[in-house]
Amino acid sequence: MDVEILARIQFAFTIAFHYIYPPLSIGIGLIMVITEGLYLKTGNKHYEVLTRFWLKIFAITFGIGVATGIIMEFEFGTNWAVYSRYVGDIFGSALAAEGLFAFGLESTFLGVLLFGWNRVSPKVHFISTIGVFLGSMFSAVWIVVANSWQQTPAGYHIVGEGFNARAEVTDFWQMVFNPSSVDRIIHVWQGAFLAGAFLVLSVHAYYLLKGRYVAISKKGFKIALLVATIVSFSQLLSGHSSADGVAKNQPAKLAALEGHYDKSAPADLYLFGWVDNETQKVTGLGIPGGLSFLVHQDFKAPITGLNAFPKDEQPSQVNAVFQFYHIMISIGMFLIALTLYASYLWWRGKLFDKRWLLQIFAFSVILPQIANQVGWFAAEMGRQPWIVYGHLKTSEGFSQEVSANQILFSLILFMVVYSFLLLLFLYSMNKKIKSGPYNEAINPLEIN
Amino acid sequence: MQELETFLGIDYPTLWYLVVGLLFSGYAILEGFDYGAGAWHLFFKKDLSRRIAINAIGPLWDANQVWLVIGGGALFAGFPVMYATMLSAMYIPFMLFLMLLVLRSSAIKFRSSEKMLWWRKTWDIIYFISNTLIAFLLGVVLGNVLEGFELHENFSYKGGVFFSFLSPYAIMVGFTTLSIFMTQGAIFLLLKTEGRLYTRLTFLLKKGMIFFLISFSITSLYTLIFVPGVTDKFKETPIFFILPLLSFLSVANIPRLISKKKYGFAMIFSSLTMAFLLMLVAFQLYPVLLPSTVDSSFSVTIYNAASSQKSLGIMLTIVAIGAPLLAGYFVFLYKTFHGKVKLDDTSY
Ligand code: HDD
Ligand code: HEM
Ligand code: HEM
Repeated sequence: MDVEILARIQFAFTIAFHYIYPPLSIGIGLIMVITEGLYLKTGNKHYEVLTRFWLKIFAITFGIGVATGIIMEFEFGTNWAVYSRYVGDIFGSALAAEGLFAFGLESTFLGVLLFGWNRVSPKVHFISTIGVFLGSMFSAVWIVVANSWQQTPAGYHIVGEGFNARAEVTDFWQMVFNPSSVDRIIHVWQGAFLAGAFLVLSVHAYYLLKGRYVAISKKGFKIALLVATIVSFSQLLSGHSSADGVAKNQPAKLAALEGHYDKSAPADLYLFGWVDNETQKVTGLGIPGGLSFLVHQDFKAPITGLNAFPKDEQPSQVNAVFQFYHIMISIGMFLIALTLYASYLWWRGKLFDKRWLLQIFAFSVILPQIANQVGWFAAEMGRQPWIVYGHLKTSEGFSQEVSANQILFSLILFMVVYSFLLLLFLYSMNKKIKSGPYNEAINPLEIN
Repeated sequence: MQELETFLGIDYPTLWYLVVGLLFSGYAILEGFDYGAGAWHLFFKKDLSRRIAINAIGPLWDANQVWLVIGGGALFAGFPVMYATMLSAMYIPFMLFLMLLVLRSSAIKFRSSEKMLWWRKTWDIIYFISNTLIAFLLGVVLGNVLEGFELHENFSYKGGVFFSFLSPYAIMVGFTTLSIFMTQGAIFLLLKTEGRLYTRLTFLLKKGMIFFLISFSITSLYTLIFVPGVTDKFKETPIFFILPLLSFLSVANIPRLISKKKYGFAMIFSSLTMAFLLMLVAFQLYPVLLPSTVDSSFSVTIYNAASSQKSLGIMLTIVAIGAPLLAGYFVFLYKTFHGKVKLDDTSY
């Protein structure tokens, strides 16, 4: 395999692994801010137990999030040297801001959050919780801004030629608020809230099914359900807004999302389907002209298709992009239905009566995780062959001085270490959940 | 060449050079005691001592690590050419370094989460090895930078691929870095512990100090004799002779303070030592970031590696706003966890 393919596999593997954890950290962070806030306000011990319990889970997701994130930061330089030189001027300020404002905030307050219960007052502890939560929200902002700039560049000009070409900032705020960043930050934040809320829902549903910790689990479940219901619905709105933006700014990506080839014809909206790249046909179930309607409010309006672009400027994995995108949307729809139904039962006072519903919630933790992953895969593979949209191709962005063997070596190393890390993560989550909110830590003097 | 913007008469690339230097010094000083403490780990025999040693850095290490994150970000931001060239040329050591960082943080998190002895012993070994190698590798990379890379036109690196980074000089700098981190780590642990562990550490610290003095002298001598041109800069601007002098004095001061059991001051001076040594390196290289061994006109310098003036200006503003905030967080954090380690139900 050549350097380009290996570098891409490595990037996809390491970022996908990293992205298991940040959404959980951000999402659990939100829940902790709510439960600890309620504890301070009402003085009800149940909220304190909830906060302390979720803090233990948070400690694990956050820890692995940090460890795998540092790898991402340096991988741009090791594997994508040409790209790094090209975008350094632009990413620079975003990264500097991220480091100082976001990572600085979250990582310093983390110590107080985890170990400060007996050292600071409840108020100061609550402030630390908010600090960590805000820090993680900010860190999502800057990194998504950087990624959005590479999807829809703005506020820059290109200087130099050939090897020395690079993008330079001309307008900082235009760069930050490039056409896709606001939509995508909101979409990413909400995806993270869903990941966290559904983990909380799942664990408390499990306790309720087992009849353990019933009183606190009911409280925890309701808080998370409220978050999940609101966010599932608004995720549809923000997704729609994102799609609108894609139609304007990245027409080739939009065409790939729906498998639309015709240069200029009304486009369908599929529920599911299969794209054949050879025959350029989609087999599946869809609303004829649906995409045209969503973009132009007119079933007959033409949409630019893939064939309008030169062969070497079309995403090559159209079917994969299509599938990833439709899995995300199906999951989104399912989450809306599920949370609305549960909220309806809650309103009728029957929320905890149906075991099968709790069983669905216990398993549904995996759904936002999948949606987050495939959402990114659709967005990133739909951007191909560009690494910086319209300017630099992925095939030009990798490090020229790195050999395929070096990348293979590190890729294998990553796979070994990360598999091990994933097992550890699942094992210790399982253990923390099984032993429940009241478990005390191991007595320090027990072993010697 | 475009006109350079200045602030207080110093041009932007130089200012950013100072920012990056400051961040790396902060990283060396703070993570120096973290990694250093870990490099002593297997020298403690009891499970409880090992647990205390880990909890001494428990609430702090994540925050300390932010200096690496910000330092790396600042390098990418201000000198993207340097960031890209160095990381892709030093591919293997950096990948090993990153992987070891992952293992190290897992060890901190998971070591004490189970009671089984084999579990704890295995993590102890992983923790010890990763800390030791991380400290060593950081020195090795520094050694490579001092020696220069085989850079041709357009910063293309043509040096060896897999193990060429392990030159004798780089190994020497690696050991020196390890030894200074271990000294720093032992002093830090002395400040955080009491009882038997404390007594054991006073003994270990002496060994660490000897290890440091030996490797420091050998490396300094080797640098003076074999690395060409190290003294040129100082001949040009003799006032900067103050830097080696200060480094030497602060090194000499550490054993004195240790024998008087003034560990707080010893910590300050071992931190100063690192800062002075890094300043020495920075001064000697300036304005070069990465010397080319092929032709000095191919070297990466702060001018040909820098981001645009506009970008640097924005980032300097960000730093001016962010640095005081960060300093505030750190003061709050270190105040909160001041004093000897006490294990409780939230400890690792
Ligand atoms: C949703 C947003 C999100 C996305 C898309 C990414 N990250 Fe991340 N990252 C986070 C959200 C986050 C987070 C929530 O801030 C952390 C802290 C704890 C956690 O679990 O994830 C994190 C940790 C984290 C750290 C450690 C920070 C620390 O010491 O506190 C670094 C250096 C990075 N990330 C870098 C990256 C890079 C270079 C990415 C892209 C390629 C990236 N992250 C994608
Ligand atoms: C966290 C969520 C993310 C996921 C799951 C993700 C996923 C992916 C995937 C699957 C690829 C490979 C695409 C292909 O080869 O077809 C890729 C490539 C890449 N992504 Fe992302 N990405 C994420 C975030 C980011 C961010 C935040 C940035 C930049 C700031 C970024 C920059 C890149 C770059 C530079 C490449 C390599 C070149 C390429 O293949 O286009 N990604 N990503
Ligand atoms: C309900 C209907 C949904 C729609 C219409 C929708 C739409 C979209 C669109 C168009 C994109 C591509 C944006 C771009 O490339 O600029 C996207 C990306 C993404 N989606 Fe969704 N989405 C939906 C639900 C969800 C859900 C439920 C989640 C997660 C829980 C999710 C997570 C993501 C993520 C993480 C990305 C990648 C980041 C980004 O580009 O914004 N989406 N979505």
